[in-house]
Amino acid sequence: MTRFSALSLVRNALSGNRDWDQQWPDAQPKTEYDVIIVGAGGHGLGAAYYLAKEHGITNVAVIEKGWLGGGNTGRNTTIIRSNYLYDESARLYDHALDLWEGLSQELNYNVMFSQRGVLMLAHNVHDVQSFQRHVYANRLNGVDNQWLTPRQAKEFCPILNISPDARYPVMGAALQKRAGTARHDAVAWGYARAAAARGVDIIQNCPVTAIRRGANGAVEGVETARGFIRAKKVAVSAAGHTSVIMETAGVRLPLESYPLQALVSEPVKPCMPCVVMSNAVHAYMSQSDKGELVIGSGTDQYTSYSQRGGLPLIEHTLAAICEIFPTVTRMRMLRKWGGIVDVTPDRSAILGKTPVPGLYVNCGWGTGGFKATPGAGHVLAWTVAKDEPHPINAPFTLERFTTGRLIDEAAAAAVAH
Amino acid sequence: MSRFRVTGKGRVDHHAPVRFTFDGKSFFGLRGDTLASALLANGVHLVGRSFKYHRPRGIVTAGSEEPNALVGTSRGRGRFEPNTRATLQELRSGLVAESQNRLPSLKFDVGAINDALSPLFSAGFYYKTFMWPKGFWDKVYEPVIRAAAGLGRAPETTDPDRYASRHAHTDVLVIGAGPAGIAAALAAAKAGAKVVLAEETAEIGGALLSDPEVVIDGAKAWNWIAARAADLAESGVRVMTRTTAIGYYHQNMIGLAERLTDHLDSVPENAPRERLWRIRARHVVLAQGAIEKPLVFHGNDRPGVMLAGAAQTYLHRFGVRVGDSAAVVTSHDSAWHAAFDLQDAGTGIAVIVDTRTDVREDLVAEAERRGIRLRLGHTATGTDGRLRVSALRINPLRDGSVGNGTKVFCDCVLMCGGWTPSLHLFSHTKGTLKWDAENTAFLPDRKSEAVEIAGAGRGLWGYGAALDDGAKAGALAAEALGLSAAAPTHDVRQDRPGTGTAHEELPTDHDRGHTRAFVDFQNDVTAKDIRLAVREGMRSIEHVKRYTTTGMATDQGKLSNINGLLIASNALGKEPPKVGLTTFRPPYTPTTFGTFAGYHRGAHFEVTRKTPIDSWAAENGAVWEPVGQWRRARYFPQGSEDMDDAVARECRAVREGVGLFDASTLGKIEVTGPDAAEFMNRMYTNPWTKLAPGKLRYGVLLGEDGFIRDDGVIGRISDHRFHVTTTTGGAARVLNMMEDYLQTEWPDLDVWLTSTTEQWAVAALNGPKARTVLDGLVEGLDISNEAFPMMSVADCTVAGIPARLFRLSFTGELGYEINVPARHGRALWEALMEAGKAHGITPYGTETMHVLRAEKGFIIVGQDTDGTVTPDDAGLDWAIGKAKPDFVGKRSLARPDLVAQGRRQLVGLLTQDGKVRLDEGAQIVDDPNQPTPMKMIGHVTSSYHSATLGRSIAMAVIENGRARMGETVHVPTGKGVEAAVIASAVFYDPEGGRAKL
Ligand SMILES: Cc1cc2nc3c(=O)[nH]c(=O)nc-3n(C[C@H](O)[C@H](O)[C@H](O)COP(=O)(O)OP(=O)(O)OC[C@H]3O[C@@H](n4cnc5c(N)ncnc54)[C@H](O)[C@@H]3O)c2cc1C
Repeated sequence: MTRFSALSLVRNALSGNRDWDQQWPDAQPKTEYDVIIVGAGGHGLGAAYYLAKEHGITNVAVIEKGWLGGGNTGRNTTIIRSNYLYDESARLYDHALDLWEGLSQELNYNVMFSQRGVLMLAHNVHDVQSFQRHVYANRLNGVDNQWLTPRQAKEFCPILNISPDARYPVMGAALQKRAGTARHDAVAWGYARAAAARGVDIIQNCPVTAIRRGANGAVEGVETARGFIRAKKVAVSAAGHTSVIMETAGVRLPLESYPLQALVSEPVKPCMPCVVMSNAVHAYMSQSDKGELVIGSGTDQYTSYSQRGGLPLIEHTLAAICEIFPTVTRMRMLRKWGGIVDVTPDRSAILGKTPVPGLYVNCGWGTGGFKATPGAGHVLAWTVAKDEPHPINAPFTLERFTTGRLIDEAAAAAVAH
Repeated sequence: MSRFRVTGKGRVDHHAPVRFTFDGKSFFGLRGDTLASALLANGVHLVGRSFKYHRPRGIVTAGSEEPNALVGTSRGRGRFEPNTRATLQELRSGLVAESQNRLPSLKFDVGAINDALSPLFSAGFYYKTFMWPKGFWDKVYEPVIRAAAGLGRAPETTDPDRYASRHAHTDVLVIGAGPAGIAAALAAAKAGAKVVLAEETAEIGGALLSDPEVVIDGAKAWNWIAARAADLAESGVRVMTRTTAIGYYHQNMIGLAERLTDHLDSVPENAPRERLWRIRARHVVLAQGAIEKPLVFHGNDRPGVMLAGAAQTYLHRFGVRVGDSAAVVTSHDSAWHAAFDLQDAGTGIAVIVDTRTDVREDLVAEAERRGIRLRLGHTATGTDGRLRVSALRINPLRDGSVGNGTKVFCDCVLMCGGWTPSLHLFSHTKGTLKWDAENTAFLPDRKSEAVEIAGAGRGLWGYGAALDDGAKAGALAAEALGLSAAAPTHDVRQDRPGTGTAHEELPTDHDRGHTRAFVDFQNDVTAKDIRLAVREGMRSIEHVKRYTTTGMATDQGKLSNINGLLIASNALGKEPPKVGLTTFRPPYTPTTFGTFAGYHRGAHFEVTRKTPIDSWAAENGAVWEPVGQWRRARYFPQGSEDMDDAVARECRAVREGVGLFDASTLGKIEVTGPDAAEFMNRMYTNPWTKLAPGKLRYGVLLGEDGFIRDDGVIGRISDHRFHVTTTTGGAARVLNMMEDYLQTEWPDLDVWLTSTTEQWAVAALNGPKARTVLDGLVEGLDISNEAFPMMSVADCTVAGIPARLFRLSFTGELGYEINVPARHGRALWEALMEAGKAHGITPYGTETMHVLRAEKGFIIVGQDTDGTVTPDDAGLDWAIGKAKPDFVGKRSLARPDLVAQGRRQLVGLLTQDGKVRLDEGAQIVDDPNQPTPMKMIGHVTSSYHSATLGRSIAMAVIENGRARMGETVHVPTGKGVEAAVIASAVFYDPEGGRAKL
């Protein structure tokens, strides 16, 4: 595989860019693998990469029903942060953030991780209490997060409206400076390329239709549109469709699937230096390197597998954006889209073993799992390789919904993403 | 008058010049021009620079699919906007336009250095570099890339314009007012349907506006249009021009954006700039026509190279010749007609190049008659010129090989690579498409909504076909509604049907690794970029799109998608449908944020809910606090008091005399019916069966997970009627939850739920003198402690107003909550203030209420609880009806973790230094000297200065807190560490005697 570098760019430019290798080959399924990962999103591809790299397990297939990275990995607004409230979450997301910081070099693929800071606005006394609680907890957990006055927030993001006369005035903001954004497609492609280089098969256009279990109850492999493929270990990482697949192995998951919409504006010159999120009004915005304002909203109100979101939510989101940033009303929405997000009762992921021997699950990331991609992939690989959870994902069990040991980030602050 | 303006042609007013400026230079156009046609009339083709390579670019199209001619426009302060399509912007007097993405000027742009380095900037190059040194990406490389990217500049001032929105219903909505759309609207309307006809541009007619010689039923095109406009009006069709259908949603709900003022010379007072329509139609007819495809060849992006159909439109609709000498390159018949029309208007046709050898005889004969040089079976392989095309290079095609090239001099190139049916809206419905190999186009296949597609939108070519098909679609739509309809046929003369072939990159004698044949003009994606993406393993068209960014520019792939697909499928050696088409996403044309926000701006962003007593509070200097959508009086400062002073004074008044509080925002739900008590038993943790009418009880509501969701005092008004109160923020949630259970779990229960939050105004009278104040005002009820003890409810009149009187206390003092019909709220309030005057009655706000309840250890759900707190954690175990068979959350309360040791329990916390007030949200540790990450054992939920106690008080949740009374814990504040002692959360009057006076 050609190493990507400025030098290789120059060399290839001179030869008409004719000699670039395939970033990943179009693998045909073998009859058997050591590990099968269902779902070629960032999480699944990441897990395959770390299985090969850190655990020496290279006889691995990632099986994808469509094109790799085409699920929520390729549809999200790419906000990355780790200032979560609970110790368990802080540890997981901070682990991911540590990996983000070296990911481009690790993968030899520029994932454009940009630590431009994420600002979360407080609009009422309740928000202030809640964000302060986060700031305090994060500090003691060694996670950076600081409290800003409205004026400081405006200095950080000059187009912010901090007028006290606003319908929902800004009363302060929590800022995580290490937080930021990355290029979502590059994450999927970078992991795919690096995993493929280590021998992982990436099989696209191949829906997994069922998980097959043997007489002893353990996993035997997966049924796919291209036939049965054998494996003693199967990890399902299929976001909004995970519950459907797990059901075929007899495992019921506490997931609800909702459409979540996002949109971009036409591109403009830089006007927005950071990410701003406002929970009270349900909107958030950043600016991509291309110059598009990237805007996200809350989930649609009803569960659905349809990737068409409704119009009312977009109206509300843009009204909120125009409130927070009053200079953008004449900007235009270029396109909007939706993804199906898998939401657990406590809004935290399920990542670990299942009651079925050899079957592992990674799901429930809901509206905010992009930021976890390297971390989730990393600990999922560990869990599969060692058949026991990594200490970081040990609390994120399926059993917690029976024991009540929830990690309730939503309840704590109703904070998304 | 410019020599490019053709007198007597076009729908412009040749006697009405309109002045405008472009990049500071003054020009004249005509009334009826678009900015693009006015610029072309002045000989200006160069209007912008491309995104990546900063290549000079000219106008390519005449419609909303324009990729290049994007300009900044302004009309005074706050009315600047970037990326306006010059092809859609109607000329208005004084229009100020500027080119974009160039430095320092359009003609000389330093960014063009990128063009020289373009081999380096191949598709996806940025994924392959800028990785070293680590950490340089967002500090060094990214800022440079960001500054170079983006098209126009963002607006910097607040927009003074208003935006509007409206809903409408119709039987049939026809989208697109070309011949097919007009025929459809008329057929449906004549059958008796209510019809709306929406058109993106300023007038109806569509392609016919650019083909005036066509004769329909004996009338020339424009006369036919005028006559049909009258017909439409007469048949009651609502014609909406300047209205773009932007999105097609579930169940035939269409979003449309109507532009109301951008075309006017001056902005009318108080008129909205744009209006969002949400039209629900019983049937929809999509008649959006087709969009012309560019040809992909080296140098096809030079200013002066444009679509042949666009040139025809500029000629006929605007009376503008796009040049003096045109070279035509085509693979479709339609461009031949454009060439003939331009020649008639005085533009020389340097050559017609057709890639086909086999062209319709009548066209060839006509061209020969006109003396036009023809090159059939030829390809175009390059253009000359820097800021404007000066020559086209053409080569013969022989048995698959490309012969030697010759140059044809020209000042414009008109290209046509065929036409793409416009199916964006159809795609929004998730209707499926099928590949038509003969027309190399996707056509509509399976429908998922009640919709017809008519005319060129489903691949029919020629006016006759479009008209008849439109009429048929209109009739079908009407028939689907149960009307009987007829579909008239049309007699069309001078029709211009046509066929053609499609190409990927045109054959060339250049090395294809070095050609610059553009597919996506705005995003600078070339054919070789697409081939590179395929070579690098991108096999799905979605990957190709994302890797190269083709189709992701502001024209949303309207020009580039099919060409990109053909090139990719060729490189992959697969049929186009196997490679797939990328999903079209709303909106059809980029639409302003303001249009979506509509009326919801400023104070109207969300309704501000105000209580009936709000006006009094406003007049009396209240400082407000937003709580959900409500605004509530937080405190009432006097003189120079700050919040602490005011709250201390208000607290003292309640503890020593009497205070009055507006509690109207509390959620209120009336639960009635024979099974009301049973319903309450199942919803709330408490037992309700034995609560006697006339009595109150504090109720706790859990979620299914066993955690506290809401609380409130609930009165039993009669056997079958409960007056439930909820938290202010929880009202809607609780009602929803109740309805959900009632409708889905217990439909057998005979219960009705009614939200009464806004029916009642509530004044809370608290303090040792509360009864004294109230006594003189109450009629019909003995309110002595014996007759009306704590936790009673009764109807009576207060100050002559019918009232529902609660006796309860959220402050720890003797207290009453007086509920009266909302319209009497202020009168009640004033009567109480008047009656209390002699006793020093003091109005108090939410902040004081918070302090008073914290002194008593009463929780606020959402502040002292956070959705992870059980009743036992909060010290509310007593509120659980243990004997009840079930209630929401009961089963979860038995889960192992909910009964485990070490849960965080609500306690009081007293700082060692009583002057120190902890921050709410501060975390608590046992050992402040441990290394990070620290083991946190809880956090501060409420914290105030208590004037009554003369020190700070706090509430906190702490692991095993109730077993640790008197122990010292630590609160790292960021500046230091505060030591605090765990205490009972009831700081004041622990016996509770004061409320029972
Ligand atoms: C609009 C939107 C905005 C978001 N914004 C953010 C944000 O700002 N920050 C953030 O951190 N997160 C965000 N998220 C969430 C984030 O995108 C996801 O949590 C994350 O990308 C999940 O990654 P994944 O790899 O688990 O899932 P996916 O990328 O969805 O991958 C799952 C894959 O499984 C495949 N699959 C499904 N069924 C089968 C089957 N039967 N057989 C084979 N393959 C199958 C799917 O095709 C898919 O490719 C957002 C999500 C959306 C929709």
